[in-house]
Parts: sequence; structure tokens; C-alpha cells
Amino acid sequence: MSSVARLPSIYAAKFRAEIALQVAYRGALVIWLLGLLIEPIVYLVVWTTVARSQGGQVGGFGAGDFAAYFTLLMIVNQLTFTWHYFFFEWRVKEGFFSPLLLRPVHPIHNDIAENLTFKLLTFTVVGPVAIFLIVTFGATLRSEPWQLLAFVPALALAMALRFVVEWTLALAAFWITRTGALNETYYLGMLFLSGQVAPLVLFPQLVQSIAYLLPFRWMISFPVETALGRLGPADVLIGYGAQLAWIAAALVLLRVVWRAGIRRYSAVGA
Amino acid sequence: MTPPSIRVTDLRKTYEVPEREGGLRAAAVSILRRSSKSVPAVAGISFEVSPGEIVGFLGPNGAGKTTTLKMLSGLLYPTSGEATALGHVPWQREPDFLRRMTLIMGQRNQLAWDIPVVDSFELNRAIYGVPRDEYRQRLDELVELLDLGNLVRKPVRNLSLGERMKCEVAGSLLHRPEVLFLDEPTIGLDVTMQRRIRTFIAEYNARTGATTLLTSHYMADVEALCRRVIVIHHGVLLYDGDPTGLVARFSPRKTISIDLEPDQAPPDPAALAQLAGGPDAVIQHSAERVTLRVPRTETAAVTTRLLAALAVRDLVVEEPPIDEVIDLVFAAGPQAGDAAQPDSAA
Repeated sequence: MSSVARLPSIYAAKFRAEIALQVAYRGALVIWLLGLLIEPIVYLVVWTTVARSQGGQVGGFGAGDFAAYFTLLMIVNQLTFTWHYFFFEWRVKEGFFSPLLLRPVHPIHNDIAENLTFKLLTFTVVGPVAIFLIVTFGATLRSEPWQLLAFVPALALAMALRFVVEWTLALAAFWITRTGALNETYYLGMLFLSGQVAPLVLFPQLVQSIAYLLPFRWMISFPVETALGRLGPADVLIGYGAQLAWIAAALVLLRVVWRAGIRRYSAVGA
Repeated sequence: MTPPSIRVTDLRKTYEVPEREGGLRAAAVSILRRSSKSVPAVAGISFEVSPGEIVGFLGPNGAGKTTTLKMLSGLLYPTSGEATALGHVPWQREPDFLRRMTLIMGQRNQLAWDIPVVDSFELNRAIYGVPRDEYRQRLDELVELLDLGNLVRKPVRNLSLGERMKCEVAGSLLHRPEVLFLDEPTIGLDVTMQRRIRTFIAEYNARTGATTLLTSHYMADVEALCRRVIVIHHGVLLYDGDPTGLVARFSPRKTISIDLEPDQAPPDPAALAQLAGGPDAVIQHSAERVTLRVPRTETAAVTTRLLAALAVRDLVVEEPPIDEVIDLVFAAGPQAGDAAQPDSAA
């Protein structure tokens, strides 16, 4: 049986092992989860307060709109985020990458499975919290049914895009011994240009244009805007196109960087 | 003739290592100007290993043993040279190759730390596509051979080093690899556990006919398992052949120990030196015991002279211990290789 045909059973086994593993780290799981929830809640509280003090509206966003925006943002961020680039340096330096390289399946599958398992586990908490936020902050959703439906592929593509981009970023560890600075730079771009701090429409036009051209918006803001009902059919289609184009570009880059990277991998200490 | 399992031709690996002087000034300079040094870890080695062979890879720390194993298992790209294992170029890391080999590193964990060992095994089963009934059968066999018992149901973090190593070995063999690379599999283990692992490797080799390349610091490993040793030092191959040949080549002398009859006058040192062929040959002498080290070719002649001249109660002619020989080889350095034409072990 080829490696590709075996992937579903490999993923299933990895899910089982990973659930056992993540349950073993219950404490860490809760702390991660808190971090994940607190950030959007802080923005939500700040912006709904600003909206109320401005007479109810900021740039077309009322308090209920902000509540809907940041709740959706929390969901999208939770489902798309990855952490491998923070650990890759350690993995390479300490030789923990070697066992993955020895397996007859690409190491990326290990990380995809790990990522999906974590999402599955944490969503059991994030889901109810989202409902709690919607009720408490009186979120208003103006979307039509087709827009909620269009949200699903936008979210799936955003997950794929963010994973491929961030896994490629992680591979920088093959060249750089301290990847912290690079990761911080990426994180800053992510924070301001993906719509995490505030909806992109509230930014100056120049920033909005830059955000449109870079991949960050398509990883987070686009699915959120789609679900909020702020995009028309044409915008949604353009968004899918942008996501697919970025995924294709990132996959090509990933392949090139991967090939060059494992040539450099010197498995020190491995 | 069956083709070799492993074929290595002029394999080289050079690491680029950044370097600078110590101190603040050098640190400041290094911000602008980086310098690095090429360190040849493996400097052109060639050998072949036939299917089913167990070959011991000897060398001091930093000799290039581990680097060679990493290249042969596909972890490292060589700087130049060629190698094939099971007909594949290892560093192309084709799934068909990776599925048929394993690399066990004594100082590395492949098993997940916090979950029971069987959970990691189950993942390996899926990754290598081992059918369930075969998996169960192999697991039972490995549990029995390695005396794992209930260990497999404990989380790895709760196992002792020796127990962990046995589980690592079992996990790495569930897919029944045809080629085994073992990098110091017994390091840090107590003597009993070392022996256990050693017996197991021999047993696995006998049962499956797997080709095995093993590095170790412990001569006992090599003496027990390998009918062939490859010695490398400073990345250069110094010797390739059977362990006894290694002794003959690198230690041109044998040790003669004599117990003398009691109540005799101690032998005269000058006379002893003459019998042995020179004062340097006398290692130690007393009224009861004499130890000499004489050239291999003169052993018989010296022994005859000694028996005629002294009141000998017992006489033993010995090869020096292999550990001592290895020390001699490493102390001699790469130039020792010039004198030693690699034996063909095939």
C-alpha cells in the first residue's frame, strides 16, 4: 500500500495518540485555552466601550457588531492558528526532528494531525464560550444564509493557508539558530493586517490596501467578514481566489524551502 | 552473488562550523564579519556490507561513526560521494527505503514521553502499515525476547533508562526492518541490560537475517556480535576485517606470562633480556612471575628459549586485549591507516 493510501489510518492513529498526549497535559491545555480566549475578549470589551462612548458607532460598527466581529474572530483564530514555528528551532537544535524524518511519511502530516486534534479538543470549550459571548454582549449578525454557508469554505481555505505559510516560516529554523526575531515580525504583521486588533475597515485606506495584497487578511479577516455578512458575492469569490492563489504560492515555496532545508539539516545532537 | 545491502563509495561530510576567538572584542568583530571553519567529519570512506552481516563500527568520539550512520539512514546529505542501502540512495528518503530500515540511537527518544508505550507502538503500526494480526504477533515476540512484560502499558517517563531503551528497540523493529543502524544502543546501560540488548540483536539478526551496522564504545558489544569490524578515525577508514585480524595488524607483539617454580632464585634481568630479545621486551619480573612482550614472529623461538632456561611452572601466550589494541590504533592516528591495507571481509 502506498504512503498516500495509508494516510487516513495514520491520521486516525495519530489522533488517538495525540488525544492521549494532550489529555496528559491537562494543565497546559487549559492555560493555552485561556490565552486564546482572553485576547479577543479584551479587544471586544475595548471596542464595545469605544462604540458606546462614541454614541453607539465607530466606522459603521455598533457595539453588537463588534461583539459579533470579535466572537467570530475568536472562532476563526482558534481554528486557524498554528504553533509549530515557535517550537521548530528547539526541535531542530535538539535533534527531535530526526525521528520524524526517519518515518516513511512526510513530517508535515505529524503536525497537521497534531494541529487538528488540538482544535478538536479545544473547540469543545471555544464553542460554548462563543455562545456565551454572543448572548452576554448582544452580538448582532446581519448575514444571510448564503453568507453563513460561504463562510465554511472560506474558513477551510484559511486554515490551509495559515498552516502552509506558518509551517514554511517554521522551516527557517534550518538556517537561523534564533528564529524568535523573525517569528515576532511575522506575528506583528498578523496582529495588525489580519484584523485581529480591529476590523480592517477601521484602518486608513493605505493600510487596507496593503492588507489586501498580503496573505494575512485571507487567513482571518476574510472568513470573519464573510460570516458577518459584510461581503457581496463578488467579494467572496475574489476572496476564495486570493486564498487559493496564496495557498498555491505557499505550497511551491514550502516545497523549495523544504528541499533546501533538509539538505542543510545537520541533525546536531540528534 | 547477492548484491550488497549497503554500498558506500568515497563518502564525505564536511561541517561548516562558525568560529571566533573568545572575548568581547572578537564578539564585536563577529557581528560584521563571520568566519567559519570546515570540519571534515567523514573524509572519504568506502565499504560494502552483505545481506545479513553484523558489522561493528569502531572509533573514538568524533571519529565520524554517527555522521556515517546518519547519512546511511537518510538524515544527512553528504558533501560528496555515493551510497546505496537496499538499492536506494538514503538521503533521497524514498518511503520504500524508510519503511525497510531503522535507526536506533541510544541517546534519543522516538517514543512519546507522556503516553503509554503501546500508544506509540500503535502509531508506528499505522505509519508503517503493519497489518493488525502481524503487529500483534511481532509485538508478542518482541515482548518475550526483550522481556518487556507490563512495561509497554506504562508512560515512557515512568521507565528507567534500560527499560526505555528496550522499548525503543522494540518500537523500532515492529515494521521488521531489513537494515538496522544502531548508534551506541547500549550506552549508559548496566552490564546486565547491555548483555540483554546484545543477545537480542544477535537473536533478531538470526531470525530475520537483517543487515546490521552498529557503533559502540563497548568492545564487549563488538566482540560478542560482530565477525567484522570497521575502524574509523578522523573520518578515515583505518581497518576493515575480522576482529582477530585487527589485533594482528595493529599489535605486532604478543604477551608471554610465565609463572616460575617457587623457592628459586629470581631470574637475572640481563639474562631475561637476552632470552626475550632485548631489555624493552621485559614488562615485569619477580621471583614468581615474568611478563614479556615479544614480536609476534618470534613468539615460538622465545618460548622455546624460556622453557629451556627457566624453571617454568606455567606459561601463557596471549594477544593483547582488543581494547588495548584499539587504543593503539587511535593513538597512532590516521597514518596507521597507511600501513594497514583494508582487508576484504567478504
